[in-house]
Amino acid sequence: MNASVVVFPGSNCDRDVLYALGKIAGIPAVPVWHKDPVLPEDTDLVVLPGGFSYGDYLRCGAMAARSPIIQAVREHARRGGLVLGICNGFQVLTEAGLLPGALLANSNLEFICSPCLLKVERSDTPFTNAYPEGTLVQFPIAHHEGLYFLPERELQKLEDNRQVVFRYAAADGSAGAQHSPNGSLNGIAGIVNSSGNVLGLMPHPERASEKLLGGTDGLGMWYSIKSWLEGGAR
Amino acid sequence: MKFRARILVSLKEGVLDTQGKAVLVSLKNLGFDVVEEVRIGKSIEIVLSAGSAEEAEKKVESMCEALLVNPLIETGRVSLEAIG
Amino acid sequence: MDYRKAGLRPHEYETIRRELGRDPNETELRIFGVMWSEHCSYKSSRPLLKLFPKEGPSVLKGVGENAGVVDAGGGWGLAFKVESHNHPSAVEPYQGAATGVGGIIRDILAMGARPIASLDGLFFGRPDSPKTRFLSNGIVKGVGGYGNCVGVPTVGGKTLYDERYEDNPLLNAFCIGLVASDSIVSSQTAEPGNLVVLLGSKTGRDGIGGAAFASVELGEDTKASRPQVQIGDPFVEKLLIEACLEALEKGLVTSMQDMGAAGITSSASEIAAKSGVGMILDLDLVPLREENMAAWEIALSESQERMLLIVRPENLDAVLSLGQKWDLDCAVIGKTVEGNRFILRKEGEVFADLPASLIGGGCPEIHWPAERPKDLDQRQSFEFEPSGFPGDLSQPLLRLLASPSLKEKSWITRQYDSMVQVNTVQGPGAPLSLIRIKENGNLVAMTMEALPWACSLDPYRGGYETMARSLRPLWVAGARHLGMTNCLNFPSPENPEQFWEFSEAVRGLADCCKDLSCPVVSGNVSLYNESAGRAILPTPLVCSVGILPVSGFPLLPGKWKEGDFLFLAGIENASIPGSHFQAVLQGRLVGRPLPPSPEMETGFMERALQTASRQIADSAVPLLGGGLGIALGKEAIASGVGAQIDLQIPTHPLALFFAEGGARALYAVPEARVPEFIRTWTGFPFRMIGRVGGDCLCLPQSEPIPLQILSNAWKGA
Repeated sequence: MNASVVVFPGSNCDRDVLYALGKIAGIPAVPVWHKDPVLPEDTDLVVLPGGFSYGDYLRCGAMAARSPIIQAVREHARRGGLVLGICNGFQVLTEAGLLPGALLANSNLEFICSPCLLKVERSDTPFTNAYPEGTLVQFPIAHHEGLYFLPERELQKLEDNRQVVFRYAAADGSAGAQHSPNGSLNGIAGIVNSSGNVLGLMPHPERASEKLLGGTDGLGMWYSIKSWLEGGAR
Repeated sequence: MKFRARILVSLKEGVLDTQGKAVLVSLKNLGFDVVEEVRIGKSIEIVLSAGSAEEAEKKVESMCEALLVNPLIETGRVSLEAIG
Repeated sequence: MDYRKAGLRPHEYETIRRELGRDPNETELRIFGVMWSEHCSYKSSRPLLKLFPKEGPSVLKGVGENAGVVDAGGGWGLAFKVESHNHPSAVEPYQGAATGVGGIIRDILAMGARPIASLDGLFFGRPDSPKTRFLSNGIVKGVGGYGNCVGVPTVGGKTLYDERYEDNPLLNAFCIGLVASDSIVSSQTAEPGNLVVLLGSKTGRDGIGGAAFASVELGEDTKASRPQVQIGDPFVEKLLIEACLEALEKGLVTSMQDMGAAGITSSASEIAAKSGVGMILDLDLVPLREENMAAWEIALSESQERMLLIVRPENLDAVLSLGQKWDLDCAVIGKTVEGNRFILRKEGEVFADLPASLIGGGCPEIHWPAERPKDLDQRQSFEFEPSGFPGDLSQPLLRLLASPSLKEKSWITRQYDSMVQVNTVQGPGAPLSLIRIKENGNLVAMTMEALPWACSLDPYRGGYETMARSLRPLWVAGARHLGMTNCLNFPSPENPEQFWEFSEAVRGLADCCKDLSCPVVSGNVSLYNESAGRAILPTPLVCSVGILPVSGFPLLPGKWKEGDFLFLAGIENASIPGSHFQAVLQGRLVGRPLPPSPEMETGFMERALQTASRQIADSAVPLLGGGLGIALGKEAIASGVGAQIDLQIPTHPLALFFAEGGARALYAVPEARVPEFIRTWTGFPFRMIGRVGGDCLCLPQSEPIPLQILSNAWKGA
């Protein structure tokens, strides 16, 4: 069981994810430079971390999505390997076409750093099998472009396919657009591809992985991945 | 030959333009009641060399496809000018 | 070129001629004009800064480097410094603030440290003026835009509104970094025969003369100053951080300097002078962004995101390939030689040939005359006037909670990434910020404090109280202080009354540091914060840093539990003069703040540390702005539970609840620990003042305030 964390120029959560995987979850993880054409041979999980790859210039994630490593990530995903994009990593995945949609500027046009309640809409993915369906979890968000957008018809298809995995929610368990801190359509915080092995989400599970730092709801994601890779959750 | 290409990138119809909306409200607050719509895009300028204007335009269009424009949310309009 | 046009004074020009034995040429004159400006030379403040104690057992590297370094335990050091970017932020708020953040981050990087947290000090004018809205929005977005992108969390700060900052807002940026104690980088370690390497962005004309700009009063025509403001690129800064840290880790760097004010000239001549070597720079080798730049423009450009590396020839190839890896410009621009000569060449021609030590260290000090303000006695005479405030305490409490300087500031802190690097234990909005050091498990505690109102009434007492108040939150949380850094924001020193205030405030800070054994490890001075005769309040700002050992758990505020007993530790009679109550609700500053009491401070420190380490209390908060009343209000809001306060003493209730100053804290103690709390605090003034419970805050002889009302007032809902 091995994870590769891709480092783009401007990534700034790469070390955080390496720490969460390696030191907290016990999933061996190595950094991989974006100019590398291949992933380490035994990679099971690829993480595209948060940050401001290429300064978020042009469009968030646009230039990172054209990095040499992305071809290898694409190939890894095609073979059924796990790919997780967090925050900027989610933006990269949409720009690379590995996930549908685009992430636009927050509706208040401001950067928002805040804890957020999320509803886990699916517990049958490699990333969320440790959470009972409908669980509320608290992960922080920290982004300027987190408004998930997809044209209406495709959005409906996304919902019909049950590809929405995390939705912004309130303490009473309701979830949806009315709870989006950033104007995200349908309250979408995270989605999977149709085969379920590629997940992108704006909130940061690695920032909710230690009691000392205020919360451990993110641990479920690491344990989900671990048990999936160990074969227990399949 | 050298060319200067200008690419006007704008959000597609139907894509929420939050910046445009904010500017619309600000303009109205400043008393410009005549304003009905504001759309905000970006302009990209590229200087390149090519054998002909057609070739230059083709090259710029493939740049748009490869990186500069995200077709899901944006459209790009290319204009070209020979600069010697 | 006339020396006056370069900004030099007659005796300074004479000094240059005497030291050189000749007239300086134009390039040299321009170099001296910038390097001997107030901003670079500290010529007006150097005599005062000698008052600060700089040594202590915790100090690994003191004043004289880019930032001081203190011992964080387990072979790790903390490099930290606070710096102003006031003038640029007044003219172009977004870029001024952004480049302020970028500059202080490079100061920390220059010590070989990875920047791990930032704090920001914001001083704005009238809260409701369009100008303040424009400046505060721009400055906050600039701080966030830069810090968020570069991946350094902004974990706290200080925000104050007063009309005297209307035309001269202040932005003070603090950064702290972590460095292995045996890997601290110095600017004193260059050797003859090394190569001088420029790493980072290309050099343009931006920011030329910025240091000189920061050394005069802002003119009416500030728009004309715009070209002098630099543009920040946090993306390149992030690459620069990673490239420099990788180069250091691989042992490729002999010495290093960041490039801030006065660009290449300042950083290169500083390394040469401090290391005792000469230097020859070929300015044609500097990667340029603009054409036809003159030698002096290249030498003095303040283009951002550049570092100067001193490299042994055998390491050059490795450094160049690191530049390539991180997509940064990287060029050899010169070499170090034996001797003391600093030579700038372009296309073979020598443009400057100066003794390196003269450039940065040769400017004569200026001893400005100081004069006690004539109206001070009048301002200091005071008798408490409670008129206009009927006995009920609820109304003044709600009004203070809703006042711009005390109310909740999530509109600011939400725009800052306070969590990146996954170390933030206590982020913005608390009396102190706490981050965890993964490498040794210890917690770093940080505060930022400034009391301009108190300083304007009595700069000595105000300075002393500022320093003490920056330390008390550390002790209450259970952290021992390691050191402080300061940013001295004042108006022009050329006005004798203003210089007196400056001197007295520094004396107050310094005496407190001596009394409480807190070394001053770094700092910055920003003078001339005035325009059109309107001067800022004397604003010495202090950031203190402490450490909480791995075994301890911090004692934090906002954790009241139903049934807890509330204790006020410290005296009941604090000071209305200089308080938020006086400045905001009464609208005029008169009287004198409390005189210092070192015995009270040390007595408080010992007991507060014991209370925290033995975990005697559930919740604790030092009394800061707004005094006991605001502390009770905020604790109730944060804890989500009310309290019944029963406090009958001869002091006027308004003074009792809203006076400020002195070593004081509010503790919430569970019933079972009350005897231990009393034992701990015996020998120091303390008093039980009430009990936690219910959903109202009930102050004596006052209408009970429901929590929801309290919270709405504070949040402006």
